[in-house]
Amino acid sequence: MPVAGAIAFAAHLAVYKNETPMEARTYTNFLATFLMISILIAVGQYRWRRLRAAVWRMRPLFTAAVLLLCAWELITAGWHWLPLPYFPSPAAVLQSMISDRTLLFDSTWHSLVLLLAGYFLGALAGFVSGVCIGWSDPARYWGMPLLKVIGPVPATAWIPLAMVISPSATLSATALIALAVWFPVTMLTASGISNTRASYLDVARTLGANQRYLIFRVAIPAALPSIFVGLFMGLGASFLTLVVAESVGVKSGLGWYVSWAQGWAEYGKVFAALIIMAAFFSTIMTLLFKLRDRVLVWQKGMIKW
Amino acid sequence: MVTSNLVAASALRVEEVCKSFPVLDVPGTSRPALGGISFSIAASELVSLVGPSGCGKSTLLRLIAGLDFPDSGELLVDEEKILGPSAARGLVFQDPNLFPWLTVRRNIEAGLVARGVLQEKRHEVDDFMRLVGLETFGRSYPHHLSGGMSQRVALARALINHPKVLLLDEPLGALDAFTRMRMQDEVLHLWENRRTTMLLVTHDIDEAIYMSDRILVMTSAPGRIDREIDIDLGRPRDRTSESFLRLRSEILEHLHFAGKAADVSA
Repeated sequence: MPVAGAIAFAAHLAVYKNETPMEARTYTNFLATFLMISILIAVGQYRWRRLRAAVWRMRPLFTAAVLLLCAWELITAGWHWLPLPYFPSPAAVLQSMISDRTLLFDSTWHSLVLLLAGYFLGALAGFVSGVCIGWSDPARYWGMPLLKVIGPVPATAWIPLAMVISPSATLSATALIALAVWFPVTMLTASGISNTRASYLDVARTLGANQRYLIFRVAIPAALPSIFVGLFMGLGASFLTLVVAESVGVKSGLGWYVSWAQGWAEYGKVFAALIIMAAFFSTIMTLLFKLRDRVLVWQKGMIKW
Repeated sequence: MVTSNLVAASALRVEEVCKSFPVLDVPGTSRPALGGISFSIAASELVSLVGPSGCGKSTLLRLIAGLDFPDSGELLVDEEKILGPSAARGLVFQDPNLFPWLTVRRNIEAGLVARGVLQEKRHEVDDFMRLVGLETFGRSYPHHLSGGMSQRVALARALINHPKVLLLDEPLGALDAFTRMRMQDEVLHLWENRRTTMLLVTHDIDEAIYMSDRILVMTSAPGRIDREIDIDLGRPRDRTSESFLRLRSEILEHLHFAGKAADVSA
């Protein structure tokens, strides 16, 4: 079966050799490596059960991915259906990814630092304010209106103001990402805390719990599923804010790289940065999912999303 | 009526307790839930509270637990006024209310952690897990447990604080008939073992007769103690014996009558 993937891929190799410019040797190598690995796996699975089990589920996905690359190449380099400077072939994208790797790596690094700084700041602030608003009535009275007024404004709307106020673009971008994360985290933490089942609190009280135990050992654990929803929403908002902030103010990072490359009409680089961005964001998202599965083991079988 | 000689030794004493709740759809009015409840329970006694649903049994239990306060009257444990919730009065609900984020072991430890005595009392956790027969389930999470097992964890969690009074609010109400009968024996076993004073709210008259030393029969609207019935049967009790069945029909008749009276007055 995995051979099917390999065959589709070999055909693709043939098409590719006729059409592309000479410079794209790397893409040939990339495809050849892929072919070799897939053949190795196809053969190896008969010897190692483990490998077979591991590959089995991923096989259709990888096949589809290769076919998709194949289609992309046929449309761009093969038949020139799309206007050229805007839609480079996969070979060209891979080429610019490799030739510009230092700058791309540097940009990813800057994005990562900025994102993590803003995200942690916002998540922490949101968690604290959410617990306060969810638990204490005075905090709810004063905090809720503030939250309702400031929260729905997209963090990116503050950019002009932030650029005037803050001495450094990085600082203001961090603050904006934090703001974007803060709102959903606060909202869902507060709702999780205030929706803690009253009977859990009653039981804890009859076990001799003081206020601290009720907050940290009952209300917060009970609110964790909701808090994680807030963290996920915050993560989405932080990606958006990061990219916008980088392309408007900050002079580094993937967002900046994309608009910079676009300015030079180097669309190979634009696509390269977009691919890296996709991989980068989805990795972070996956990490948060892993963290949630870890923290919420006790919920296993109760949630599905 | 029969309590006067017990007052001195009572572990729990309830004096003329009244409690009413505001009626939400008619502002400014309130509906009496408890209308002057008085009784007392001796140390190591197991007393049941039966009555029609909505007669205020659970309200009374919440007052004794200290989770709510009476409008008038007094509640005393060992002649000390109840001023709020305390580890001296354990409470087990119909829903076990185990903390789903804690393992069985950590649930049982919760009382020790809450009181900040886990270090000194850690050895007791194993004793209590054994007592309720869950020593192999320490690392399981509550959602893996059956109803009966969950309720056993809830019992162990309440008992680990060595409460003076254990309040049971229909603890076996959600279990199937077989599990319930087995759990009745287990609760009795715990009681005989530890001599903890217990107040059991139940709507199951067989359960009340099978388990308790004394039954308090309540009427509703407002809740009052209508009768006290001493159960002078030796343990273990035979659910089909003649005296058991006689008590049963006596209480049923009484509740039926009480229910009718309430209907007429309402």
